[in-house]
Amino acid sequence: MRHVIRRFLFYIFAVWVAITIDFFIPRLAPGDPVAALVGKMSTKGYVTPQMQQTLSAMFGLNTNDPLWLQYFRYLGNLLHGNFGNSIQYFPTPVMTIIGQDIGWSIMLGGVAVIISFILGCLLGIIAAWKRGSALDTSLSPAMNFLSAIPYFWLALLTLYVFAYLLNWFPLSGGYDSADIDPGWTFDFIGSAIQHTFLPALTLVIASLAGWMLTMRNSMITTLSEDYVLMAKAKGLSERRIMFRYAARNAVLPNITGFAIAIGAIVGGQLLTEMVFSFPGIGYALLQAVNQQDYAMIQSIFLIITLAVLGANFLADMLYAFLDPRVRIERGA
Amino acid sequence: MQTQEVPRPTNIAPIALLPSNPLHTRLLNVLLIIWRAMTISRKVAIGSAIVGFFIVVGLFGPFFMPYNPNATSNLFIAPPSGAHWLGTTVVGEDIFSQLIYGTRTSVFWGLATGLLVTVLSVLVGLIGGYFGGWTDDSLTLATNVSLVLPALPLAIVLAAYFPRGPLTIAMVILITNWAWQARVLRSQTLSLRSREFVTAARASGEHTWRIIFFEIFPNEIGLVVAGFVSTTIYVILTWAALEFLGLGDGSIPSWGSMLYWAQQAGALGGGLWWWFIPPGFCIATLGAGLALINFGIDEIADPRLRPERPVKATKSKKEFHADRLSEANHDSGVGGLLRNERA
Amino acid sequence: MVTNLHTNAQTNTLLEVKNLNVDYLASNGTVHAVTDVSFTLQRGEILGLAGESGSGKSTLAYAITRLLRSPAMITGGEILYYPRSSQEERNTSRVTLTRLSRNGKREHKKNGNGHSEDEKQPIDLVQLSPAQLRDIRWDELAIVFQSAMNALNPVMTVRAQIMDVLRTHRPHMGPDSRKQRALELMQLVGIAPDRLRSYPHELSGGMRQRAIIAIALALSPEILILDEPTTALDVVVQREILTEIMRLRETLDFSVIFITHDLSLLLELADNVAIMYAGRIVEKASRRDLYLHPRHPYSFGLLNSFPALHGPRRRMSGIPGSPPDLRAVPTGCSFHPRCPLAFDTCHAVLPLLQPAQGEENGQIVACHLYDSRFKAEPPATADLARAYEALAEGRGVQ
Repeated sequence: MRHVIRRFLFYIFAVWVAITIDFFIPRLAPGDPVAALVGKMSTKGYVTPQMQQTLSAMFGLNTNDPLWLQYFRYLGNLLHGNFGNSIQYFPTPVMTIIGQDIGWSIMLGGVAVIISFILGCLLGIIAAWKRGSALDTSLSPAMNFLSAIPYFWLALLTLYVFAYLLNWFPLSGGYDSADIDPGWTFDFIGSAIQHTFLPALTLVIASLAGWMLTMRNSMITTLSEDYVLMAKAKGLSERRIMFRYAARNAVLPNITGFAIAIGAIVGGQLLTEMVFSFPGIGYALLQAVNQQDYAMIQSIFLIITLAVLGANFLADMLYAFLDPRVRIERGA
Repeated sequence: MQTQEVPRPTNIAPIALLPSNPLHTRLLNVLLIIWRAMTISRKVAIGSAIVGFFIVVGLFGPFFMPYNPNATSNLFIAPPSGAHWLGTTVVGEDIFSQLIYGTRTSVFWGLATGLLVTVLSVLVGLIGGYFGGWTDDSLTLATNVSLVLPALPLAIVLAAYFPRGPLTIAMVILITNWAWQARVLRSQTLSLRSREFVTAARASGEHTWRIIFFEIFPNEIGLVVAGFVSTTIYVILTWAALEFLGLGDGSIPSWGSMLYWAQQAGALGGGLWWWFIPPGFCIATLGAGLALINFGIDEIADPRLRPERPVKATKSKKEFHADRLSEANHDSGVGGLLRNERA
Repeated sequence: MVTNLHTNAQTNTLLEVKNLNVDYLASNGTVHAVTDVSFTLQRGEILGLAGESGSGKSTLAYAITRLLRSPAMITGGEILYYPRSSQEERNTSRVTLTRLSRNGKREHKKNGNGHSEDEKQPIDLVQLSPAQLRDIRWDELAIVFQSAMNALNPVMTVRAQIMDVLRTHRPHMGPDSRKQRALELMQLVGIAPDRLRSYPHELSGGMRQRAIIAIALALSPEILILDEPTTALDVVVQREILTEIMRLRETLDFSVIFITHDLSLLLELADNVAIMYAGRIVEKASRRDLYLHPRHPYSFGLLNSFPALHGPRRRMSGIPGSPPDLRAVPTGCSFHPRCPLAFDTCHAVLPLLQPAQGEENGQIVACHLYDSRFKAEPPATADLARAYEALAEGRGVQ
């Protein structure tokens, strides 16, 4: 229990750090973002003094208030779910837009991570168990190469081959927005699947190698442990030894890696979404960067951070559940 | 985060260089070890060859470029031809020249930033591990927080606010990537610190900084090298990613910026494969080379991971001797790399 | 099928190892870890296996249980196991642990000829397939590893590790009887039953070793192999564990192969002792015979390498030199470079195990000193003592 509390406090602290970073970045950056923004927006239309006010407020540049007051007001806003208004879609609040997009990202990311983790670990276990066999010797170098390929380039490639050349899948979007309306209809879901398939495939392929290789190496080390030998001496079935004795211990480093990889996957997913123009948070971030919609940029960063921290916390709990040695208080 | 093994391929044991050897001997030993590593492991050899190739192209390639990479021309979006081996961009620049120049930019910025990150993580890891107490606690907290915050989103946010350019990207990558290696080195330093040669050094009144950098650090070089290789892979990938997003200086040709411009020009929809496939392929290949070196180092350090040769009862002794170099030398520096030295 | 009419008394042999050879196929030469080892284990016997590190004793144990890992492999010989026929009953004086019946277990323990086990035909363990091995393992033959901490799965409770053996080998047992059995075992080795729910890292060293022994005895095996069971423990716990094992042996009636480098332990516990050197057995004797008159100079050296608690002060020499590189064993007798009594035949001819001249007590030794073809008069124990003393005093070899 103490372990759980300690980890929870740590994550709360990390959240606070993220929020504080978010608060200080615009105030530390050189130049005056507001002026630049106003300049940009005036090309599109008249910038009302009200809008200017909002912008300044957002950047905390009505600096009558001392810094700490601004900070607490900022925190207060966050806790109320008030992330400010988007500049691109002024005056729509940021949360509305994010709320629409986040579902897509979760779907894509969730499916991809789970599939690649399970598949990768299984492949790693089998490769290690049948070490030296044809499967192992061909799989490992292939995975090595695969693991170094940048997500987004793989995405570009798959898009080019399967969408442009072969025309099996659509080039962009989350669903066929021209013809179909969102809703729980077969048409919509079918279209969504069609559009999600390539990005998901890319993500799975790109991250599969990492799981497989680390699982394999961990398995090989574990297989030389005495308790595996004892399990063999006990006459247990191969399957039981492989899973209950070897894999159960070998997967532990991968669980930690699973948590860290959540962050990496989020990053990679960002890029994949951008390449596929998939209407998730990543794509929204891209547009925000291009349009210099700072409110969006900051808010998306916070949302992603919260999601990652939450996933990490869950993974920590999972690890403690799986490895009883961790549950005891450990000094440095 | 717990102090558990991070699943990156660096499960390496410290290379024990005798602390009492003079510096030049130790440096020589390090070079010998590197040479040994390259010739023993096939993976390291292939990986080094790949990396070496790119470094050479980066160094000397730009002297042999057919065109100035920034020179525009009237030949827009031309497919590969005799005049332009990889075709041209949307404003008529020669892609092949851009690729070569981009090699120099990407490789060297990647290596330099990787080095910076490694230096920072070494400092944090060593200092935290050695001094313990408050210093260690606060550094560890910083490390853990940095590990847990998502790197790429943070990098994007940071880079969006600061002026575009390689310096910004380098700083941003530095800030988001030092933590992992720092943690590994910290735990290594902790275990080395309790060893007798450190106690002896302290008892003889050696200066703290000397102890850290001349006694403890040489024993961690293996870890540091492996960490540098890992980090550089990530740095190169992240660099390209940030440039792809348009956060870099688009006017300097690099692999990432080439991809950015390709995307902007709709290369994908337009089927301009010669524009976006080569730079990505270079990134992937360089990354693969570095990854091979990493896995090779892993295999050297942990003999259990080495490829098993099928054991046949009829295999003659001569074959065995020919396969491996003689294991006869047992002196510390060189032999240490081959023996699995778990403390 | 012809029924074998041998009675129990005649075939008391439990395990017969014949000319076993184990090699490690390393890249820089083949290591002959075990060469031409033969011995017999009777029912109820405690056989001690002694030798320095690298003498091959652990390799031998792993070979018998077929647990060798690549690149080690058995390159020759037989390991004949004589299973108890179903008519036999075990001689137990006080059975506190019920012997688990084999009902419901598939009877396919057949030897190479295809005869059923009722015929008391031995099974060659070397020839068994992995499936057949799995049947025999733990049921007939259990091994206790050196380091209990490493031998227990860190993520499973002690109870789970007992139960999975029961589940695999006694599929007809229900979960209740399995739990009952686990409790019995805990009581047997003297661990509090609530410890069943503990993980290995929560137990002390001594408790872990007891747990390992409990698991080993779960199926009441016929042979228990102990590979340096107490080396990692302090002396007090050592004594406790060993007393425990001996007591259990009385109750459950199994044979023991006890492997250790500590000869003094064997002299107390074992019935017979075999001494290994460089992969071969160089002497085998009952403990009394070995203690009173060790024949092989190596045995003598081992016995006398710890000082007596009383008696006149004398110089200790130990045995000079170090064990040979098993890739390049010395010609002839592998001990000759270190032997204070070596003579010219010793580096030319390999000595074979045979009784010392004129002896009828079953003590066999592989040494030319006792071969009438080479030496007219065998040395007495006192002569061995003198030769070692001469070594210690630096006067050179006789």
